[in-house]
Amino acid sequence: MSATETKPLLSVRHLSKKFPVGKDFFGRANKFVHAVNDVSFDIMPGETFSLVGESGCGKSTTSRLINHLIKPNEGEILFEGKDVAKLSEKEVRPLRAEMQMVFQDPYGSLNPRMKVQDIISEPLLVHTKMSKGERLKKAQELLEVVGLSATHGERYPHEFSGGQRQRIGIARALSVNPKLIMADEPVSALDVSIQAQVLNLLRDVQEQYNLTYLFISHDLAVVEMISDRIGVMYLGSLMEVAPNEDLYSNPLHLYTQALLSAVPIPDPSIEKKHVLIEGDLPSPTNIPSGCPFHTRCPHATEKCKTEVPQMKEHTPGHFVKCHFPGVKI
Amino acid sequence: MSDTTANAASATREAEELPKAQSPVRQFVKKFLRRKTAVIGFLFIVFILILAVIGPNITPYDPNAYDYSAILAGPSARHLWGTDEFGRDVFSRILAGTQLSLGTALTASIIGTAAGVVFGLIAGFFGGIVDSLIMRVCDVMFAFPGILLAIAIVAIIGPGITNIMIGVAVFTVPSFARIIRGAVLEVRGELYVEVAQSIGCSSARTMFVHIFPGTMQALIVNFTMNIGGAILSASSLSFLGFGASVTQAEWGAILSQGRNYLAIAPHLVLFPGLVIFLTVLAFNLFGDGLRDTLDPRLN
Amino acid sequence: MSETLLEVKDLRTQFKRGKKDWITAVNGVSFNVNAGEIVGLVGESGCGKSVTSLSVMRLHNERLTKISGSIKFGGKEVLDLTTSEMQSMRGNEMSMIFQEPMSALDPIMRIEDQLAEAISLHNSNMSKAEIHERCVNSLKLVGIPEPEMTLRNYPHELSGGMCQRVMIAMAMSCEPKLLIADEPTTALDVTIQAQILALMEDIRNRRNTGILLITHDLGVVAETCSRVIVMYAGNIVEEAPVKELFANPQHPYTEGLIASVPRLGKRLHRLPSIPGSVPDLSVMPEGCRFAPRCKYAQDSCKQKLPELQTVAEGHRCACPFYRNAREGAQQ
Repeated sequence: MSATETKPLLSVRHLSKKFPVGKDFFGRANKFVHAVNDVSFDIMPGETFSLVGESGCGKSTTSRLINHLIKPNEGEILFEGKDVAKLSEKEVRPLRAEMQMVFQDPYGSLNPRMKVQDIISEPLLVHTKMSKGERLKKAQELLEVVGLSATHGERYPHEFSGGQRQRIGIARALSVNPKLIMADEPVSALDVSIQAQVLNLLRDVQEQYNLTYLFISHDLAVVEMISDRIGVMYLGSLMEVAPNEDLYSNPLHLYTQALLSAVPIPDPSIEKKHVLIEGDLPSPTNIPSGCPFHTRCPHATEKCKTEVPQMKEHTPGHFVKCHFPGVKI
Repeated sequence: MSDTTANAASATREAEELPKAQSPVRQFVKKFLRRKTAVIGFLFIVFILILAVIGPNITPYDPNAYDYSAILAGPSARHLWGTDEFGRDVFSRILAGTQLSLGTALTASIIGTAAGVVFGLIAGFFGGIVDSLIMRVCDVMFAFPGILLAIAIVAIIGPGITNIMIGVAVFTVPSFARIIRGAVLEVRGELYVEVAQSIGCSSARTMFVHIFPGTMQALIVNFTMNIGGAILSASSLSFLGFGASVTQAEWGAILSQGRNYLAIAPHLVLFPGLVIFLTVLAFNLFGDGLRDTLDPRLN
Repeated sequence: MSETLLEVKDLRTQFKRGKKDWITAVNGVSFNVNAGEIVGLVGESGCGKSVTSLSVMRLHNERLTKISGSIKFGGKEVLDLTTSEMQSMRGNEMSMIFQEPMSALDPIMRIEDQLAEAISLHNSNMSKAEIHERCVNSLKLVGIPEPEMTLRNYPHELSGGMCQRVMIAMAMSCEPKLLIADEPTTALDVTIQAQILALMEDIRNRRNTGILLITHDLGVVAETCSRVIVMYAGNIVEEAPVKELFANPQHPYTEGLIASVPRLGKRLHRLPSIPGSVPDLSVMPEGCRFAPRCKYAQDSCKQKLPELQTVAEGHRCACPFYRNAREGAQQ
């Protein structure tokens, strides 16, 4: 291992994003959705880092911020040491060849009017000086890599099933040999048997192309299978970051514990021991004071209501944002 | 290819074949042919277009030849659709006028649509103050009845076929600007447009490769429907005396002259009126059929 | 043995696509649901599980749908009922909840008005005060903490989980014997899903309601259902008590499906997967519909659609090469 390999590929520092929702009489925004609040994490080259959380927790917004599809209000996004957040739209464009995205909706993410081979080779057209023939050849190779046939390139997206379309989306992301692939719920729209195929494919191409993944999902079982390290998000904040084994064997945050215990296990012989957490997700326009989880936390104290907990390293590599880390439900 | 690629390919290879490919054009034709009225409209349009091209050469009489022996003659074997107050053969005049009437309407629609599309794209894509400005100007133009606006324009720049075209074109612009802007806003919301941005496409590429083709459907349908309206408007302007001169064979002008003899020679109004009516109807039926065929929600 | 509520025999549902073009979404399925039982109907998209449930409720557009076979509910043949008889049965004796709680509620009506409507439809002689009390009670049943306040809300003021509770309250307001739940938790987060599933079990225990739970999520099935029916491409391929199904899946499809689900605590580097994808309804393969994706398929599979056969007590499977038979043959 050389020294350069230990530097993170992507480093997110104190990232925050709020979207205006309400306007007062003079048209000034007076209400905000706090989608991402002071989020920091690193992703090392070659690893799979997952962000997991329930809907509205800010995990998808985070990936869009990293790819500069939306601009952050605060914070730094260091990709190979360069701050993406400070770049203009024009300056960030060449960088996008290095970080590609795979999206959740396999139906909406492919332009229905383009042939599959044109879809796959579009990043090449945008980022390289390859000739038309070279691009076509590459697109056909990629179709084979993702388990489709080179002859499928002449077809249009509507002729493919959801799983096949997701393969096309993955082929497109691979075309420019990116360093980072951000996959936003890439399998949650797929059927169970197809989901396994696509997860295996993501695994295969990661090994083959030496990719780094930022994987975003709400499914804890899927995340466990694919990730090296995991960050748990709740209401825009990162609550816990830990290596895979640590998180699943010893979840320190009560929210992580609640989340894990709520996952239904597809094995009726295991006696379930759900710990139901009460209540609903608070509105992201009005985030609770102190620890954002205190309104649903069974162990919340006065301190939790007033004081925002800081992210602390509990055991090596295992970070948690809780005043009482390790308390069990 | 390297071995690793082959390995991964075999590991993830699916044991399946896709159903036979269908070209989008063939699918479209198949779906369109199912709509009977639209097919009739389309055939009628083709027929009229052929007449517009060859019409002046196949008239039974010189459309401008005076025949004082048969003034205001009713329909007969000699003069199929009768003659006008100068004894000119109405059928020949209508046939010869197809080119001018259709040409005026088509040209006006094309100019108006092109300008409308440009404004609509700019408004929809850039948004903000540009959008507000263009849309407010359109609102002002919408506040005028279209034909009145055209009359005002023709009144200012003077009568004549070219000026009718300009008049009709101008009042086509705002409706197309609005339609295209709406379509752009709709397509902009599609995920694949965000995807285009995420893979690094420039704004120009996103706009012309990903957004604009998405608005083509709205454009084609409304363009087709608009031609019917433009024929009516151009004819109305000619009817009101702003367009073709008496010597020119043009549907609206023929109708306009006939109006004076409505009581004694109704065929002078009936036949040009019928031709205008059928042509406009044909364009509308065709446009409706196109819209239904192209709309994925109706399939 | 408890009372049989719903008895479906050889149900076949076809949709009109062209003039003489019908596509078969459900191809002869038979099953029953007993009182106080939660039966899971599982399968992937396009397997016909939702179509089956809508057929039982007769909620399809009758002009464009052909339903044949028999659906007996409480001894009555549902397919023979008139439209008005069917309407009085729906909501009263059997009711349904849907996947999207937000869009299943009318956005411009207050919760109270929607609930009251559902109640008064089947209880025309109730007074306003009685209806109001019934509304409050049904919201209490589904564990809504402040029913009086929630009744005054509009749907958009409630969260997805709350909306689904309201939907369940509405479905349960007339104390139906059968509840059909079509992917009731798919649109919800896991912590909320756990709450809703617990609620459904609670209702079953208290009211002895029979529940037909339609889902694609094997985890949900394993935790809530007592019996499971697995569908694939319009057919039932396997039916068994839940523990038996997960411990001893017999059909190659069920085996593959159960194996391909990632599960907590068992970190696999690669998941076993079923190759290929679900066939399109309009181009169904001849014979066994799973044969093109099946590693045990023989030539005979591609000729004739296999029938459901009993392989163990309460365990039916539509495959001549079911696991026990294959293993028996090897020995």
